[in-house]
Order: sequence, then structure tokens, then C-alpha cells
Amino acid sequence: MNLLLIFISAALVNNFVLSYFLGICPFVGVSKRISSAVSMGMAVTFVMTITAVVTWLVYHLILVPFRIEILEYVSFILVIASLVQLVEMFIRKVSKPLYETLGIYLPLITTNCAILGLALFAVLREYDFIESLIFGLGAGGGFTLALVIMAGIRQDLELGNVPKIFQGAGITMIVAGCLALAFMGFAGI
Amino acid sequence: MARKKNSLTYEVLKGIWDENPVMVSLLGMCPTLAVTNSAMNGLAMSLATGFVLLCSSLIISLVRNLIPSQVRIAGYVVIIATFVTVVDRFMAAFFPDLSKALGPYIPLIVVNCIILGRQEAFSAKNNPGRSLLDSFGMTLGFMSVLVVLGGIRELLGSGGIFNIQVMGDWFNPWMVMILPPGAFFTLGILIAMVNLINQRRGSK
Repeated sequence: MNLLLIFISAALVNNFVLSYFLGICPFVGVSKRISSAVSMGMAVTFVMTITAVVTWLVYHLILVPFRIEILEYVSFILVIASLVQLVEMFIRKVSKPLYETLGIYLPLITTNCAILGLALFAVLREYDFIESLIFGLGAGGGFTLALVIMAGIRQDLELGNVPKIFQGAGITMIVAGCLALAFMGFAGI
Repeated sequence: MARKKNSLTYEVLKGIWDENPVMVSLLGMCPTLAVTNSAMNGLAMSLATGFVLLCSSLIISLVRNLIPSQVRIAGYVVIIATFVTVVDRFMAAFFPDLSKALGPYIPLIVVNCIILGRQEAFSAKNNPGRSLLDSFGMTLGFMSVLVVLGGIRELLGSGGIFNIQVMGDWFNPWMVMILPPGAFFTLGILIAMVNLINQRRGSK
């Protein structure tokens, strides 16, 4: 029950993109096509879940026993950077087309605040191992959901008549605002 | 702007308008949106980010020829993360309230795209003096956006600015402005305003 709660809270109520503003860069950058949004979402979910597990291990098995929690940020970011590298190599080997769609955004996952944010939140909230895993999955799912909805709206927006000054980033922000407003409705769950 | 490109003043000034990190390059959106529910938080966040940006620019432009290019990103990130740790500890010690209000967004400076972007685009190719000027300009640009955004949201959302009440009793605060959707709306409108001004200037 508790695990389900963590999952829903991370995916919907406290959606990483729309209520914590984490991962806005890919949210704005890769949300032009639904297909690339889905693959980006999957890549992020994958990296998030692994990150949640690995950073938990690093924090509780290395940093805490040696009392070097102060190195938290340095070590987390290194873990994330190497994980992303690994995922990139893996995707390039397994699926060439997917690699080409994600293109430059894969390395960008390294500086995706959502990933580091996830690791920090998991430590802050003192999740245990399984909880961290579920938290990572939920946050990744929520990110994918927000990204795909956004891509769907933006595909339709291309046909709409948007005032010139709002084109591009402006209208994206307004749409994101509306989405955030809608997601606030989940707070009641 | 008619100022000569590559002049030293231009290095500083471009960050404020022409290459404003938030408005034009759309970098560093996460902290921009997340901590601007009051002008004070915006100011504190931009000061912290500015410190990290200046220090890491200095260090990176000094060691730019020592780091092999294959591992440069990892190298930059470690340098940045070190300075972020310094800022985080400093704020926790001297400004515990602010540190609490900003929460995990201080450590998240590590992944602020502005910082890594400037290192990659500028400090890695320029000497320390120029890099410092560039970072200083970027900090000013980032700060102006954060304070303006925070100011507007605080004014409309809680009727004050820098924690000083300016609106009278008649004012009914727009709660939504200090909640997440307000951040998106305000930034969207600000970006549109900047586009409008640029458009007007361009057509003259």
C-alpha cells in the first residue's frame, strides 16, 4: 500500500515536471513529436530507475559508513554521468533508429535535473531500497506521461494560429501552465 | 546593440539581453521556475548560482588545456559539484531559513544547464579574464530574470515584494501565482514580452 502510494505520488500528485519543475529542458526540447517524446520518456525512466537503485547503494553502503555524506553531490553526479554513458552505448548497440531519434538528448540526460533531483529526494525522504526503486519508476512514468501529453498538444498547436511573439517557448510555457493546473487536481487523491 | 562584438564590455553585457541565458537560450529553466515564488528566493538562488558559475569558470578556464577532451564533461561536473557543495554548506550554516526554502534546488545547481553550457561554450576556449566577465554577465542576466519573475509572482500571489506588503487590504492574492502553474504562465508571458521588444527593435 505504501509502495503504491509512493508510485502514485511520484507519477501524478508530485509530478516531477509539473510540480517540481525538474527536467524542464527535455520537456521543452523533445516534446515536438509524440514518437520522440515516448522514446525520450523511456530512456529517462530507464536511467531514473537504475539511478535510484545505484545512488541508494552508493549512499548507504559507501557514504554513510565512511561518514562522507558531504561528497553526496559529487558522487551522485558521477554515478549518473557514467550510467548515462552506459545507457547510450547500450542503445547504440541494440537499436540504431532509437539512437538516432534520441540523438543529442541522451547525453543531456546527464544534466537532466530530474535524475539528480530524484536521487536527492530519495535520500531526503529516507526511502529504503525498494521504496527508492518504486520512486524511480513512478517519477519516470510521470515524466513520460507529462512529456507525451505535451507532445500531443504541441503537434496540434502547429496547426493553430499562435500570435507571433508567443511562438516557440512562450506558448510552450503557457501550455505547461495549463497542464500543471490540471495536474494539481490530482492533489486530492 | 551597436557595441563591438568581442569587446570586453560586450562579454558582460551580452548575458543581460542578447544572450540572456533564460530568455533567449532557455537554459536553467528548472531553478527559474521552481524557486521564484518570491523575489527573495529568486535573488538568493541567483547569487548561489552566480558564485558557482564564477568560481567554476575561473578554475575551468585555468585548467582548460590540462583536461583531455574525452573526459572534459565529467571533469567540469566534478568541479561544479565541488563548488555547489561549498555553497550548500555555507547557506545551511549562515542562512538556514533560505537554505530550507530553496531545499534540494541548491544541490540541483550542479545540473543547471547554464553553468555547464557556459563552461563548454566559453570557458573551455577562453582565458580566465574573459571567462570571468562572461560568467559575470550571465549571472546578471540570470539574476534579473529570477528577481523580476519572483517579484511579479510574489506581488500577485501574496501581495508583497521582498516580504514587504505593498498591496492594501482590498487586494485578493492570486494563490495560483505562487503555485507551479503561475510560474509557467508568468515565464511564458515574460518570454513573449521579450520577443515583442526584440521585434519592435528589429523593425526600426
